[in-house]
Amino acid sequence: MTADRNEPGVALRCVDLHRYLGQDEGRVHVLRGVSFEARTGRVCAIVGPSGCGKSTLLYLLGLLDRPDDGSIWIRDELMSNSSDLDRTAARGEHIGFVFQFHFLMQEFTALENVIMPMRKLGRLAEQAMVERAHGLLHAVGLGEKTARLATQLSGGEQQRVAIARALANEPAIILADEPTGNLDQRNSSLVFDLLTRLAKENGQAVVLVTHNSEIANRCDEIRAMRDGEFIS
Amino acid sequence: MSPTLRIAFRFLTAKKRAMLMSLACIVLGVGLFVVTQATTSGFEEFFIKTILGTNGAIRVEDRIQDTIRTMEAGGGGSGSTFQLQMKEGQKYIEGIEEPKLVIDALHQFHNVAGVSEVLTGSAILRSSFKSDSVKIFGIVVENHLMVSELGKQIVQGSIDDFRKTPSGALIGKVIADRLQLGVGDSFILDSAQQSRRYRVSAVYETGISDIDKERVYLQLPEARSQLKKPTGASFIQVNLYDKDRANEDAAQMQDVLHHGVRSWQVREKSWLAAFRALRISSAITVSVFSLIAALAMFNTLAMIVMEKTKEIAILRSMGYTREDISGIFIWQAAIVLSIGTFIGWVLGAAVTYTVSRIPLPITGIFKTDTFVVQWSIWHYVAATVTAVVMVMVASLVPARRAARLEPGDIIRGTAQ
Repeated sequence: MTADRNEPGVALRCVDLHRYLGQDEGRVHVLRGVSFEARTGRVCAIVGPSGCGKSTLLYLLGLLDRPDDGSIWIRDELMSNSSDLDRTAARGEHIGFVFQFHFLMQEFTALENVIMPMRKLGRLAEQAMVERAHGLLHAVGLGEKTARLATQLSGGEQQRVAIARALANEPAIILADEPTGNLDQRNSSLVFDLLTRLAKENGQAVVLVTHNSEIANRCDEIRAMRDGEFIS
Repeated sequence: MSPTLRIAFRFLTAKKRAMLMSLACIVLGVGLFVVTQATTSGFEEFFIKTILGTNGAIRVEDRIQDTIRTMEAGGGGSGSTFQLQMKEGQKYIEGIEEPKLVIDALHQFHNVAGVSEVLTGSAILRSSFKSDSVKIFGIVVENHLMVSELGKQIVQGSIDDFRKTPSGALIGKVIADRLQLGVGDSFILDSAQQSRRYRVSAVYETGISDIDKERVYLQLPEARSQLKKPTGASFIQVNLYDKDRANEDAAQMQDVLHHGVRSWQVREKSWLAAFRALRISSAITVSVFSLIAALAMFNTLAMIVMEKTKEIAILRSMGYTREDISGIFIWQAAIVLSIGTFIGWVLGAAVTYTVSRIPLPITGIFKTDTFVVQWSIWHYVAATVTAVVMVMVASLVPARRAARLEPGDIIRGTAQ
């Protein structure tokens, strides 16, 4: 199967993805021929019961894992069979991640956490990176706490730093795995609003895995999964 | 500063105590390596200096007589026989029959700094107190000072007095103590069925007890007369500009002079081997500290890798490559290693200096009143190379393990 390279607005596409997890008798067919696409400027929620393969799909789309079969295109480039180095470079340039447990680097300040992906990409000068990180932290409401270590921030604040970090390199795609799963209702709403607003402002495609139906209902598109397949 | 180095600096604080343990072991490993090498090399160097100062770099000894065996070959018939000459081996004729010719030939070697002919023979030394067997060494003072440190080894009296007095003698400190002789005292030497009286011009001390208890230096003409050896020499002592070339020069001299020629390395083979073994064994012993440092580093980094798997996953998700991840851990080892090595150098230098001030009277194979140390940059280089190899090899394993981690597995919670 081939992708339509000229189709506008498609940031991410996957076709007929299969993924098995475990070994021998414990081997499970987690994804059973999933096809999906994410468009720029739109927020798509993937919902479904635990173990249905939502997160597995997200990690495949984010090139953190390799499919057993099927194809993944990031923008117009086929990435499912590419080398580890190419996949790593694509992650740094085109994809921003937000995880449920935010995974901030504890020994670094909020500002340094946001600068970290920019330093690796090396697109900006040091001063420009610092200014951009300040701007992003200001945008997520943490302009006064840039110098705080990750350990000195609340859970909601840490997740907002993680969002700023995901946006740091202006990626085309934001992948969020239960970004509000560890937050109370007020912080959940705040984080979701931030993520969608900033992504839409920058014309980024957002793919969100969530159990929270209220959050899902506020997305542009909802795709439901069951037993490794999309049912809607 | 590279992003990986920046991260490595921060990760160092994750296991402060374990890292300090590694650091301490590196400091001890490098520092003690330097100290042991400085002391063992110091004593070895001092020993070499002592033997060069007493017996010279090279000794030309007995003349070689090639023996030729002639054998008849052929069918035994008349007219078809021929003779085959074969070298059968070497025989030595004691002493040097024509020392002047040999000395002239020795002066043709560019590396030769000085030459002294020596005539030796056994004698009984009788003082008013008691008598003892000694060995007479007949020398020309000026020549012998060119091939030895005899002038610096005088502890009582003066070499000038010996030079000016035909009946003057230089005796070793052990002989002087044993026979209760001092400068100006007279004694009798019995040898070759004649007895002569001599006066102690000076007492020398080399520190080598075998020399100090045995050698009595006389002026060469006096020795010839005393030993009834009007011509020839027992050996010729040679000093070289470059002592380390003694083996090569000795081989060349033997070919040219047809005399047995032995370098200081050959003469003192056993002692030099013992010093080398001591130096290597002490290096191996103190390298245990570097080995412990390496194990501590391995353990610390392995723990950090286990604790930082989520951070590794997030770095990989940001675009950090496997090489970047392993680089973070290699940098950590390199930072601790650099700090530890530097402190180790300082510790090594400080302890070496302190040790060199410790009183330690030694006589027997040489004479010293303090620990002898050698200051050499190569001790620091060797200590550093040992620590670097051990610690970096040990850090490669956890670093590679970190690089192999799959971010998807970590986030899913199934990383091995």
